[in-house]
Amino acid sequence: MTKPTEAELLARPKVIEVEDLVTHYGERMILKGISMDVREGEIMVIMGGSGSGKSTLLRHLMSLEHATSGTMKLLGKNIADLGLKDTYALRRKIGVAFQGGALFSSMTVGENIKLPLREHTDLDEFTMDIMARMKLEVVDLAGFEDLTPSELSGGMLKRAAVARAIIMDPKLLFFDEPSAGLDPVVAAQLDELILRLRDAMGMSIVVVTHELDSAFRIADRITMLDHGHILMIDTPEKMKNCDNTRIQNLLNRRIEEEELDPDAYLRRLTGEDRQHERP
Amino acid sequence: MSEQEAEQSPVAKKIEDVGRTTLIGVSEIGYCASLIWESLYWAFMGKSMGQPVRLQSVFAQMMETGIRAIPIVAMLAVTVGMMLAIQGIYTMRIFGAESHVTIGIAFSVVREFAPLITGILVAGRSGSALAARIGIMNINQEVDALSVMGINPVRFLVAPALLAMVIMVPCLTFFSDVIGLLGAGIYVSLDLGVSLAAYWDQVFEWLRVDDVMHGLGKSVLFAILIAVIGVANGAGVRGGAEGVGKVTTRAVVQSISAIVLTDMLFAFMVTR
Repeated sequence: MTKPTEAELLARPKVIEVEDLVTHYGERMILKGISMDVREGEIMVIMGGSGSGKSTLLRHLMSLEHATSGTMKLLGKNIADLGLKDTYALRRKIGVAFQGGALFSSMTVGENIKLPLREHTDLDEFTMDIMARMKLEVVDLAGFEDLTPSELSGGMLKRAAVARAIIMDPKLLFFDEPSAGLDPVVAAQLDELILRLRDAMGMSIVVVTHELDSAFRIADRITMLDHGHILMIDTPEKMKNCDNTRIQNLLNRRIEEEELDPDAYLRRLTGEDRQHERP
Repeated sequence: MSEQEAEQSPVAKKIEDVGRTTLIGVSEIGYCASLIWESLYWAFMGKSMGQPVRLQSVFAQMMETGIRAIPIVAMLAVTVGMMLAIQGIYTMRIFGAESHVTIGIAFSVVREFAPLITGILVAGRSGSALAARIGIMNINQEVDALSVMGINPVRFLVAPALLAMVIMVPCLTFFSDVIGLLGAGIYVSLDLGVSLAAYWDQVFEWLRVDDVMHGLGKSVLFAILIAVIGVANGAGVRGGAEGVGKVTTRAVVQSISAIVLTDMLFAFMVTR
């Protein structure tokens, strides 16, 4: 399936809508007024250097953190307005594949995948087994249901995590650094899997990554973050050809020479800057 | 921060540190209280929220906390019972009243030693395991995974552990009462030449249900303390494997300290 054009994408309804999101860790501002959206059936890749705030943004998109200000709508619902029951109901419609898999080490792969079904449905064991095997087939892990997570390789672990993330057929799927720590072939297989999930299941997918090859391969649009700000949201082609120096430096792995501020340097040496950060 | 604040005197800095530590302590106590409240909420309201606390999880925890602890509890209880008999006979012999040693043993075991020893043992065994388990799950993002799957982590992880402890620690304490008294009885019958039946007659003559309930009541408080301290420490883990080691040790030390302190306060308030 070919990638949708930008016009096609923007005509689709929004599944994620973030408006002027500001967040803090202690007194440090991490996200400084983020506004973005993700459309139905879109693969949105969030990129940025270390400390740019992409992991924090992902945690907010997964509604795991509370923002200082700003609004965020997931699947049309304002997160801040939701009660406990509605929040949990909404979370059943999203799936997350964490960076390290986050599979429960005390359970087998099969039990891990069946856990959301066991907790949220009244299905019998036999049906749950069939559904778990179906999802394992999707991620090319058929026959591995009786192994424990510690018996899987890095790539298999991530695919098992994807199987658990899609067991409830979510409308929205999040990936945190899917290619991190994988060899190029396995990383490419995972990229293919992400594309296949979108095409076959029509999911909207948000991927946080710093792997350039992977990002340009799978993304319909890319959100480029830098020090808590959004530098640009656009298609991979437009991003490649943009004339923003900072973005080009990030994309081409060029090191930026930082101008030395003698006062700031002295403050760092004397530890004065830390005193400012104390709550 | 102003220049004036930056040039604080050492005394002012010390006071600030004490204030900061107190604030952290108070917030930790508040967190423990919220854990108890949330666990009770999910235990009673979970079903109506579509998230019941699974009995299977509670039974699994009961097995781990209670049944698997029986051998070590039995060994410690019999040892403590015998030790009390040895010391009791030695002390009473000074007054030529060793035949009355049973009264002291019965009260000491049931009201004090059985709940205390059981509490300390469960803190070392299950409290540390709980802290380590929650800590590792936190580091591996397993707790986050539960949240995003729409599964409340307190309902899934904390409530079963708390319920299991509240059920099993009093059961273990009662078991410890019986085994401790039996251990003391064996020594008393060997040393003083009284039959075990006569020893048990004396025990039942002096002990009242209130005395047993005094020990069991304390053990319920100990169970709550062990569970919430274990979970609170596990939830606050920082810094990988080293962090897990630290919170595990911290959980055991805090649990045992809390148990001993609560024991004294309970005895003071109920006995006087």
